[in-house]
Amino acid sequence: MVKSTAKDAQDLIRTLWSAYSATPTNLKIIDHYVVFAVFTALIQVVYMALVGTFPFNSFLSGVLSCVGTAVLAVCLRIQVNKENKEFKDIAPERAFADFVLCNVVLHLVIMNFLG
Amino acid sequence: MAATDAQTSLRHAFGNVLAFFILILIGVLAFSIRLFSVIKYESVIHEFDPYFNYRVTQFLTKNGIYDFWNWFDDRTWYPLGRVIGGTVYPGLTLTAGTLWWVLNSLNIPLSVETVCVFTAPIFSAFASWATYLLTKEVKGAGAGLTAAVLLAMVPSYISRSVAGSYDNEAVAIFALIFTFYLYIKTLNTGSLFYATLNSIAYFYMVCSWGGYTFIINLIPMHVLLCIVTGRYSSRLYIAYAPLVVLGTLLAALVPVVGFNAVMTSEHFASFLVFILIHVVALVYYIKGILSPKMFKVAVTLVVSGGLAVGFAMIAVLVAMVAASPTMGWSGRSLSLLDPTYASKYIPIIASVSEHQPPTWPSYFMDINVLAFLVPAGIIACFSPLSDASSFVILYIVTSVYFSGVMVRLMLVLAPAACILSGIALSQAFDVFTRSIKLQLPSLSVDSHVNAGDASSESVVPDDTVKTDKTEDTHKERTSKKSKKKEKEPVEKPPSKSQIKKRLLVLPLETSIIAIVLLVLLGAFYVVHSVWAAAEAYSAPSIVLTSHSHDGLHVFDDFREAYAWLSHNTEVDDKVASWWDYGYQTTAMANRTVIVDNNTWNNTHIATVGTAMSSPEKAAWEIFNSLDVKYVLVVFGGLVGYPSDDINKFLWMVRIGGGVFPHIKEPDYLRDGQYRIDNMATPTMLNCLMYKLSYYRFVETDGKAYDRVRRTEIGKKYFKLTHFEEVFTTHHWMVRIYKLKPPKNRIRGKTKKTKSKASSKTVSKKQGIKKNPF
Repeated sequence: MVKSTAKDAQDLIRTLWSAYSATPTNLKIIDHYVVFAVFTALIQVVYMALVGTFPFNSFLSGVLSCVGTAVLAVCLRIQVNKENKEFKDIAPERAFADFVLCNVVLHLVIMNFLG
Repeated sequence: MAATDAQTSLRHAFGNVLAFFILILIGVLAFSIRLFSVIKYESVIHEFDPYFNYRVTQFLTKNGIYDFWNWFDDRTWYPLGRVIGGTVYPGLTLTAGTLWWVLNSLNIPLSVETVCVFTAPIFSAFASWATYLLTKEVKGAGAGLTAAVLLAMVPSYISRSVAGSYDNEAVAIFALIFTFYLYIKTLNTGSLFYATLNSIAYFYMVCSWGGYTFIINLIPMHVLLCIVTGRYSSRLYIAYAPLVVLGTLLAALVPVVGFNAVMTSEHFASFLVFILIHVVALVYYIKGILSPKMFKVAVTLVVSGGLAVGFAMIAVLVAMVAASPTMGWSGRSLSLLDPTYASKYIPIIASVSEHQPPTWPSYFMDINVLAFLVPAGIIACFSPLSDASSFVILYIVTSVYFSGVMVRLMLVLAPAACILSGIALSQAFDVFTRSIKLQLPSLSVDSHVNAGDASSESVVPDDTVKTDKTEDTHKERTSKKSKKKEKEPVEKPPSKSQIKKRLLVLPLETSIIAIVLLVLLGAFYVVHSVWAAAEAYSAPSIVLTSHSHDGLHVFDDFREAYAWLSHNTEVDDKVASWWDYGYQTTAMANRTVIVDNNTWNNTHIATVGTAMSSPEKAAWEIFNSLDVKYVLVVFGGLVGYPSDDINKFLWMVRIGGGVFPHIKEPDYLRDGQYRIDNMATPTMLNCLMYKLSYYRFVETDGKAYDRVRRTEIGKKYFKLTHFEEVFTTHHWMVRIYKLKPPKNRIRGKTKKTKSKASSKTVSKKQGIKKNPF
């Protein structure tokens, strides 16, 4: 039972990998950016666990900025992905402009809240 | 083809211009219907809470924003003070301050009071426009216009936004509707731009009102509903995920909310759904790139592994939440979820009259005709069910529940009721006018319309319905529109429209009668709204009027008393009264008060309540320890004003007794009732509130008949030993007393000295003399 699940897991991972490598390069770049942002957030959480929560607003703004850019990058990826039928009438430039605008607002708030 | 296109676009243009003018008229209507109090009384700020907001706005306009942000107010809650910058929702004051500053820089010299008085009507016009936008996203422009005109006049909203009611809800309802509109717009278009605007509008809502928790719980509920009913789409992700991150950050920026944005249970729902939507998005993504067989394998693996981790995390979360006694919820939110909570544990929240559950008639008073149009609107939302209409249905259901818990939340119900009623009315008009339009040509010979298309059971092409909706269905315009539509060539074949169901066409006479009846219904609503605005909700409550056979009497006692205080007392004198009058005293009389309407410190209020319930000497001791110089009581017995302090006395006893156990409520009750006549208990007859209210009352009519309690009072002739009366207003409504300073020499019984013998001889000698104490 365990062996079959292990084999299943390996098959699954291989299939996932091969299916994923088929995605276009620009989407892969966005995916790397998302992974980087989440990773940075995790590092900040670990640091907070070691050092303590004071000052809390800095921790909050740091973590939420990482999570925020990750979420916005995912939104950009959704809108730019050519396979998404719902978004074919939004030009990728428009999607990127929205992404930049939202990031500007997010980072303005972060800088205010950082303290 | 080109001719029909040109005609359709011309019709569209005409419809848009018409809609624009109607919107302007709706704005003017919303503004003017709230001006009754200014016309009937004067341009004055109403009630209690608005006076605090007015005082804060005055401070802001005089001292600038940095001083406002860091303001520590030492003229209230003496001797504790209050951090205004950190405990006030700044949205309203900042809005009014900005308005004043803009107008003044344009050289329009309006005073701060004028701006404050008229802020609410202006923002109600904005709120109607926001309702139009929101309903247009849900159902179309016709429904939008109907909903907007309904909101402009709904009595529930008028009650909290008349000219002079300068309270948080004035701008908060506009922010609420606008945030919802932007959320629905993002959901419908999937554009990140609107998501950003949505977060900013949510920030404005957080700045304005504590009711923002309604938004941050309703939207996650809706997302959950969409996920569960299988309506997940990437637009949902774009609408929700940025809002959570940006919204939490923006909410944490407001000092009142601060870290509560991530630590209280009111916000946990949004985080849980945030995690959930990521999981769902991942699942959909993997489902998209894998074959079905591999997907099943993936599911079994993930479920078995992930379940264990999930259980562990949930256990940790539950343990953390259960560790706090209120499970992380604040008192007010808990009293919403469990309506009996406040009356058991927090008497202050239970004592506010706005926090009581509403009675059935108040529904018909406040939303009138909408009360039975709402179910029709709910059904109309189900056909067809879209993301936006499911949101509106969820909104109405939750707001109906909450309005049943607290009467002041009827205000949150009003926009939802207007939206759904607008949808219902608009759909009804659609059906009737379409029926008329399709049958009118058969009366007059018209070669444009084919017989095959005009038969009553025929399937109507989709585009007719669409143009019905995009043009307004306002009541006076329906006949004009149906005449216009006759010219439309119905040449498009019925097969072009894939109709899911056959559209109903009713007989001509029925439709005409039904339209007339619907117009009558609207007329009833308008008449009721105007009556409610004029008679019921325009009283400024700082000025009272009564009509009698010899004309109009005006009772301006409150302002008389506050003016007396500000002219006849020192600047640093402390005034004690029940907390209702705190805001007005600081704003109008400009004196330091002990407790005010913010009611954040229960013990301090209980101290004042105990003092009011104690006999004179004990009360004098308590007040002296708080440096109080003057005591203010409101008494309605001479004129029949029912909201006076004797009627509020039961709360003084309960709140005082909640903290100081020597105040026992049964001491004041005779047969379970508070009495002030000759059947009253001795504790009641000796307490400070009784004495200060009825001192010298017998001199007014010789019999001391209390018009509110409808009986003669119990103890009529008594003297005050520790207080002296300094001012009583014209109608005896406000009475101000001064604490007598302690005597230099104490005659009679002395305090316990070292030698008991000497004291005994002293008292024996003086015992014959009349003891004034």
